[in-house]
Amino acid sequence: MEPKVAVLMKGISKSFGGVVANKNVDLEIRHGEILSVLGENGSGKTTLMNMLSGIYYPDKGQIFIDGKEVNIPSPKAAFELGIGMIHQHFKLVDVFSAAENIALGCNEKGRYSIAKISEKIKNICDKYGFDIDPAQKVYNMSISQKQTLEIVKVLYRGSKVLILDEPTAVLTPQEAKRLFNVLVNMKHDGKAIVIITHKLQEVLSVSDRVSILRKGEYIGTVNTKDATELSLTEMMVGKRVELDIERPVPQDPVERLRVRNLTCVNPDGRKILNDVSFTAYGGEILGIAGISGCGQKELLESIAGLQTVEEGGHIEYYPKGGTEKEELIGKTPVQIRRLGVSLSFVPEDRLGMGLVGSMGMAENMMLKNYSDGTSFFTETKKPRELAEKIMKELEVVTPGVDTPVRRLSGGNVQKVLVGREIASSPTVLMTAYAVRGLDINTSYTIYRLLNEQKKKGVAVIYVGEDLDVLLALCDRILVLCAGRVSGILDGRTATKEEIGLLMTNTKSVLEEDVQE
Amino acid sequence: MNTEKSLKTDFHQSFLRISKRDSISQKSAWAIRAGAVLLALVVNALFVLAITGLDPISLYATMFKGVFGDSFSRWEFIKNSAKLLCIAVALAPAFKMRYWNIGGEGQVLMGALASTIIMYTCDSLPSLLLVLLMLIVGLAVGALWAFIPAAFKAKFNTNETLFTLMMNYIAMNLVNYYYNKWRGEKSALGEINSQSKKGWLSSLWGGNEDGFFLNEDLWYFLVILLVSVLMYVYLKKTKHGYEISVVGESRNTAKYAGISVNKVMLRTLLISGAVCGLCGFLTVSNSHTISADNTAGGYGFTAIIVAWLSKFNTLTMIAVSFMVIFLQKGSSSIADMYARKGFDTSASSIVTGIFLLAVIGSEFFINYRLIFRSRKEEK
Repeated sequence: MEPKVAVLMKGISKSFGGVVANKNVDLEIRHGEILSVLGENGSGKTTLMNMLSGIYYPDKGQIFIDGKEVNIPSPKAAFELGIGMIHQHFKLVDVFSAAENIALGCNEKGRYSIAKISEKIKNICDKYGFDIDPAQKVYNMSISQKQTLEIVKVLYRGSKVLILDEPTAVLTPQEAKRLFNVLVNMKHDGKAIVIITHKLQEVLSVSDRVSILRKGEYIGTVNTKDATELSLTEMMVGKRVELDIERPVPQDPVERLRVRNLTCVNPDGRKILNDVSFTAYGGEILGIAGISGCGQKELLESIAGLQTVEEGGHIEYYPKGGTEKEELIGKTPVQIRRLGVSLSFVPEDRLGMGLVGSMGMAENMMLKNYSDGTSFFTETKKPRELAEKIMKELEVVTPGVDTPVRRLSGGNVQKVLVGREIASSPTVLMTAYAVRGLDINTSYTIYRLLNEQKKKGVAVIYVGEDLDVLLALCDRILVLCAGRVSGILDGRTATKEEIGLLMTNTKSVLEEDVQE
Repeated sequence: MNTEKSLKTDFHQSFLRISKRDSISQKSAWAIRAGAVLLALVVNALFVLAITGLDPISLYATMFKGVFGDSFSRWEFIKNSAKLLCIAVALAPAFKMRYWNIGGEGQVLMGALASTIIMYTCDSLPSLLLVLLMLIVGLAVGALWAFIPAAFKAKFNTNETLFTLMMNYIAMNLVNYYYNKWRGEKSALGEINSQSKKGWLSSLWGGNEDGFFLNEDLWYFLVILLVSVLMYVYLKKTKHGYEISVVGESRNTAKYAGISVNKVMLRTLLISGAVCGLCGFLTVSNSHTISADNTAGGYGFTAIIVAWLSKFNTLTMIAVSFMVIFLQKGSSSIADMYARKGFDTSASSIVTGIFLLAVIGSEFFINYRLIFRSRKEEK
């Protein structure tokens, strides 16, 4: 089939204030093809696509659709031109049903009829293999269902060019596979599909061509069949990158944290953690795997003293040097932190749990230990020095340590967060989603930092989303399923399938319930 | 679906686009502000010319003369600015925490009422002791008035905006009640303790008001100025101030940092209320009287605007308070002067409004810039 050009972007430039987001970028999107736009964090992928979907307006450059030059001043115009974008953060009305969300903003002629709309939705679903119930309310949907709804919404409006921004960032491996199947179906139907991503495996498995951006500039486009992980990384980063994660053998591990029979009930009365027991050793990395919302957050928060737990559970901490064990339950978060247990949790919006967006790096450094000491005034010199040190060592890109961290890119924000936790020289370092949404280079920096801590004898607990990384980084992997420990595996011998099975396997859990 | 429809390609680039500025130098920012004031002067001049045919220059002159013309007006100007400043400073820590304390008016009145009751009932105490007692009780009652809604919010998560607002009306009516009661008892409620001068600010230095530094109004202003500076230091340099910033930004972050949100909220509102109480005490011991209309005089509400305009920076509030009071006093002096020529209080309010709009509006141009479509650039 002769490739037909759907969209041509030529010489596109866009800058925000003094920051150049895109510089002279060319891009060709073809019908019946999946194009990956690949680039590091802050390389301008999303900005480029936002210009196509009418959210930003380019400073310079031309856009052609089906050979005709167009102006795209607004998202509405983009829709009329047949361009639909599925954003990373979904734009749905929670209290509406799927059909109502789709009807919203369509402004179709004729009478408003949910039945007619539902009928049309069904047709789209059958055609491409979606599974969606038009009457289901959005607040009852899982993340993957919401994403499906977003895609159907775009198709419903007749889009021929679909842009997906980091579509698999929030999906389980199984869900991602399903999404790719649907994308392939749409491709065969002649749709032009663009996925913005930084996950190389996805790029290689699903796309036909890859366009690479680096620091806002267009590097080039290659056919996927001619590319390898290494060659793509090189184009993306601009230099050779070692893709293997180091995993030193733990040196004489000592017991640091023993959790026994921990149960935690959420406000609805549901057991969010159910009889969890495990041990974490100094000098090893313990991975925690599980589908989102199966209790990882509550587990870490319980250890950090941020959750109320049910009676009967124990969290015993064995401090360095001493032999006396300490019971952490009943201690305040500040007391627990002073014992050397640190938690860095990277929430979906990156800010809001560990960092104060309106403050600079320096002020954020003292967030957890500002209250130390007896002075009424805050200590400003040390945090400033620490901020400068982290900025240099972790290569944080920021105009200065006083620039509000909200203005930093996601990767840099995470470096600040993880850097601060490590700087407090903890004996137990808990980190959740430390590489969420990060590019290769920064992710590897973080893996390196965690390994350094491990070598120093710190007990590292790593909650991660990417199973490949968990398998490459962790010494042991604890799998959570609906608040229960469904298995603890050796990271060196376990397989992805094994973990995937334990993540979703409710069978063993149910059997245990019956036995009780 | 519009797959069959012919492609619409004639979308026009919008004429005007707005984009956020990355950063702006202090110099340009002040240039924009100065430009805004200049623009307001011109627009106001045109407005005055158009509706009354009066000479705008002499109108502005009247404004200045009304505010700075004589010693009495000057001190009135300073005192009123100080009162407004004091309440705005009191609101600052609460607002910074994103706790919307709309109850400044009531907290001032309660502080004032408590001070007055002490002034009335304990006038046999030595001067220094009486004033000290008035101060302490004023602070405590002002703090209490702010603490009640905060405690309810901490316990039951009530809406502080409504709660503090309602507390204002209770305070106003309590003051009215006592005002009427006292008026019945003491033929007319003029100056309290006018003979003994007990509880007056000046009683601290023997009631003598001759000499620049023996001026009640001056000390009224200086004390409030000092409080503004202290509050600035408190918010910027102390651990408490740090906690307030964190809680204001995100309760979740505060939780993760081990900050007890409720504790910080209650403590901050005690401070906020106490500074309002201070304002009440100072006002009573300076004016030697109390009334629901004049003691707080609606400044509890105007202070909300001052606090926002200053972005909760208590040093900026000093300048903003002076500006707001200047406009208020200035416009009422124009209205006094030109009412017969058709320029009444409504018209003078418009003059004030245009000034405020220009000043507030200039912030938009400091944060954003406009990009006009240029046809040349397109091709």
